[in-house]
Amino acid sequence: MKALAWIAVVALALLPLVGLGNYPLHLMIICLLWAYVYTGWALMGRLGMTSFGHGAFLSIGAYVVVMGWNHFGLSPWLGIPVALALTALVALLIGYPCFRLKIVGHYFALVTLAFSEIARMIIVALRDYTGGSLGVTPNTALSNSSWSLLALQFSSKLVWFYVVLAFWLAGLWIWTLVDRSMVRIALEAISQEEDAAASIGIGVTRLKLGVTMISALMTCLGGVLYAQYQLYLNPETVSGIGVSLQMVFGAIAGGMFLRLGPTVGAVFTLLLTEGLRLALGHDVHGLDTTLYGLLLVLFIIFMPRGILGTALALAQRLQRTAPRPATA
Amino acid sequence: MFDVFLLEAVLNGVLFGGILALLALGLNLIFGVIDVVWICYAELIMIGMYAVYYLHAVYALPLWLAFTACIILVSLLGAALHQFVIRPVLSAEPINQLLVTGGVLFLLQGTATLAFGVEFKNLGVQLPTLRVGELYLSTTRLIAFVVALLGMIGMYLFLTRTYLGTAIRAISQDRSVMPLMGVNPRRIFLLTSALGGALAGLSACLLVLQYDIHPAIGLSFGPVVFLVCVLGGLGNIIGGFVAAFLFAQFVSVGGYFFHLEWGYVLAFLFFVAAMFWRPRGLFGGRL
Repeated sequence: MKALAWIAVVALALLPLVGLGNYPLHLMIICLLWAYVYTGWALMGRLGMTSFGHGAFLSIGAYVVVMGWNHFGLSPWLGIPVALALTALVALLIGYPCFRLKIVGHYFALVTLAFSEIARMIIVALRDYTGGSLGVTPNTALSNSSWSLLALQFSSKLVWFYVVLAFWLAGLWIWTLVDRSMVRIALEAISQEEDAAASIGIGVTRLKLGVTMISALMTCLGGVLYAQYQLYLNPETVSGIGVSLQMVFGAIAGGMFLRLGPTVGAVFTLLLTEGLRLALGHDVHGLDTTLYGLLLVLFIIFMPRGILGTALALAQRLQRTAPRPATA
Repeated sequence: MFDVFLLEAVLNGVLFGGILALLALGLNLIFGVIDVVWICYAELIMIGMYAVYYLHAVYALPLWLAFTACIILVSLLGAALHQFVIRPVLSAEPINQLLVTGGVLFLLQGTATLAFGVEFKNLGVQLPTLRVGELYLSTTRLIAFVVALLGMIGMYLFLTRTYLGTAIRAISQDRSVMPLMGVNPRRIFLLTSALGGALAGLSACLLVLQYDIHPAIGLSFGPVVFLVCVLGGLGNIIGGFVAAFLFAQFVSVGGYFFHLEWGYVLAFLFFVAAMFWRPRGLFGGRL
């Protein structure tokens, strides 16, 4: 099984070398990028912390780095630590009081939603610097070369493919580390019954804060990647309620309790939007959102464990009912 | 020094608070009784606004008829939402109920884009501006404020003076005992959802007089309404009422001193601070 997984990864890594067109490569990059971000979200989402505030972390990553580069000539290599520090601060600001005061469930979702909206409002309000709703493009460093390491800008999609592939794998690895540690067991206990968990000596606030921090920092880096790859940002795509819900639903549609669930969710949503666009052209606006919404409703009602979770459960049931092969 | 513009900002805040309070009322009613947050509440209002626009501006029905039709339509939508979307997940994890209505948010937004296009639409009803001394106030806002106030008084009387209202309040206090007292929770839930929908329809009628309609308009005021509800304590109708006026003052006066978006940022930061001071809302408790 493990060997199979490695073969799959190597095959994925070699895929662009066989001469994929620009468009399929772009789709794969976007897919892996969102798969990484959804994985980061699900890291805390599956433990009962449904955050609607990850848009805030995504936009900090995206905007801090681009603003630093555009207005202060700050290389993204220096901008990234600044963005990470700011993200950590904001995550602490949200997390510590929420977890101390036991803000959970609906309240947690809605309080964190406030933060993604604050991020969006601030970006729009600072329109003199951020370009407001019109968006912003990082000053190009590619005028006389095809790449610039200093500015973290590469015109080659291949470079980006390997960067996001590495991030995605790292995301899965972090998931595995969390999954295997005692922390997960403690956090699962917390998500079931917080007071009971505290009564047997689990440090509720500290553990929740730890996972939130990892999740937030991962999302922040996702924002950096998104900005540097797309080279265009606007507040609606990286902050606010829209993208925050998109993260939640991507992870849930795929199955947030499984390591590859968020990835399946990212593939699914991308295939849905791109497939419909290819089938119907650019003129039919709204059909993808309509279908997406309808499918989400059906998913949550009929298969709350997501595509992958349901598929695995089905496979297990089939295995159990199938006649066992005779072993001598 | 007396500043007439500041006074205008405060008064506008009061008027804005009225409409926010009406928006919060429907959401609080539903949460208080059914324990579900309709994330798609603002999208129901968006559909209502389109209904008024098409009935009045395109099919030339009189405005009052369009308004009545809008309230009935959104009320039916609310009942359908409960029947087909909420009921199947009522016994599932609470967060699923929140998420399923999030799916409806995308569904309604997408359907509206498909059916009505992304262009901004305007009802084309212009009411004159009211001038009191040196103050200029928008008549539409004033009307919205008065109607919102009347709607809330009506809701209060309904909840306290009628049999059904009493049953609704009772269900919200104890969901498991009321069936034993001969109250059918299914019927009450459906009725509450229709009532919440009707309030959304009423809000739609008032908002359509002030704002242009587009499919994403729900996203611009939906989050504000949730925050107002949480600030007042989810399900707490009086709390939501007070929180709406507080929130509106932050937006309006903050917007006067700085810029409209900064008004919102200030209001949101106030919300966050208040949450940490009173995690169950300014007036924790319900109904």
